[in-house]
Amino acid sequence: MKFVDEYREAPAVHALAAAIARRTTRPWTLMEICGGQTHSIVKFGLDELLPTNLTLVHGPGCPVCVTPVGLIDAAIALAGRPGVTVCSFGDMLRVPGSGVDLLTARARGGAVRIVYSPLDAVAYAAAHPEREVVFFAVGFETTAPANAMAVLQARRAGLRNFTLLVSHVLVPPAMEAILGSPGNRVQGFLAAGHVCTVMGLAEYSPLAERFRVPIVVTGFEPVDILQGVLDCVDHLEAGRAEVTNAYARAVRTAGNPHAQRVMRDVFTVVDREWRGLGLIPRSGLGLRPEFAEFDALRRHGRPEPAPPTPTECIAGDILRGQAKPAECPAYGVRCTPEHPLGAPMVSSEGACAAYYRYRRRVEHADPSFA
Amino acid sequence: MAFMCLAVPGRLLDIAGDDEMFRTGRVSFGGVIKTVSLACVPEARVDDYVVVHVGMALSVVDEAEAARVFALLAEMGELADLEPEPPP
Repeated sequence: MKFVDEYREAPAVHALAAAIARRTTRPWTLMEICGGQTHSIVKFGLDELLPTNLTLVHGPGCPVCVTPVGLIDAAIALAGRPGVTVCSFGDMLRVPGSGVDLLTARARGGAVRIVYSPLDAVAYAAAHPEREVVFFAVGFETTAPANAMAVLQARRAGLRNFTLLVSHVLVPPAMEAILGSPGNRVQGFLAAGHVCTVMGLAEYSPLAERFRVPIVVTGFEPVDILQGVLDCVDHLEAGRAEVTNAYARAVRTAGNPHAQRVMRDVFTVVDREWRGLGLIPRSGLGLRPEFAEFDALRRHGRPEPAPPTPTECIAGDILRGQAKPAECPAYGVRCTPEHPLGAPMVSSEGACAAYYRYRRRVEHADPSFA
Repeated sequence: MAFMCLAVPGRLLDIAGDDEMFRTGRVSFGGVIKTVSLACVPEARVDDYVVVHVGMALSVVDEAEAARVFALLAEMGELADLEPEPPP
């Protein structure tokens, strides 16, 4: 496929890896924000092409992973109510709540419908006026425009049976929390390319300046990721704390103003609880008061929260980049994609799932690998 | 599986609808065709490649920028030949 295949070709990948090796003179630790980038790195073995003094740690950019248990419980409870259909991205279905997951809720008779887009959920609501349709609106800035558009379309169509269960999160506050945490070892970031297609680069300059870290907007194919690593290494070696764009074919400096306007029209910045990371001030999006009628918790009431259950899952450390999946005693033993203890083992963007899928045999063969 | 933040660029085959909010296009992702919202990319034209997330096109791929990384690589390849060093 055009704009995919050429970014996976070995000569380009090796040329970039060689350039990175030549230009890295000191040990550096970089974090890729987005779980999609983590999957590319692990799938294509890009980390193994890097010099040993260059470490990639995996960031919190997995929307499924950071969605609070309480909201998953709420979605499960709503799906069990007569007349209510919960529409969700497929990734959410196996994420454990405090008891079961949405997939189990569906098997027990709950109305849970997988959709590719929130706009499909609007179409479903329009076609089924007898159902109360709740869309589980999770995600970062990449999914926010579509979720906001769903609300605008529902209002335009006069739908009274469509609401959102909102759990939107924002990338820059999470980066700030990571950089400000006592155990932080991240010296440079590969920013999430597709978040930046929406938001552009402006939000990152204050972070780069305050914490003296370079931030390179990076894409998802092997060539994109290594180009991002190379630019980040160049900045670090030169002592530059700059924000630059290594994914210019998709990301404009100002982002997408139309998408930003749609987001601003519907959502407002709120404090948000992140699974594994805790409450981060002004780190998420919620519906503006003028769209309160589209708030599922307001329409249907907030289900009683379940008491917290003890778990040996170390998702918080994984999401902060302070541990790798193999350092978890449950990884691959009591926690697998079939029986996940935590969200990073479930999602197509979760770090544990990536390692389990692409690295398991290697790790078992070589215990020194981590 | 829904890949919320993942996207491969697809080619815009045709455009339907005059209303800005409901403007859609059929996009081919290597032969798999999906109808997506074009509400946020009013500049998109037929045959453009668009980056799509959860049913919404968010960016038109800039072909000149796409070519640039390979031009840089070609340049770098020459530099690499001048100062060869073993890979890690």
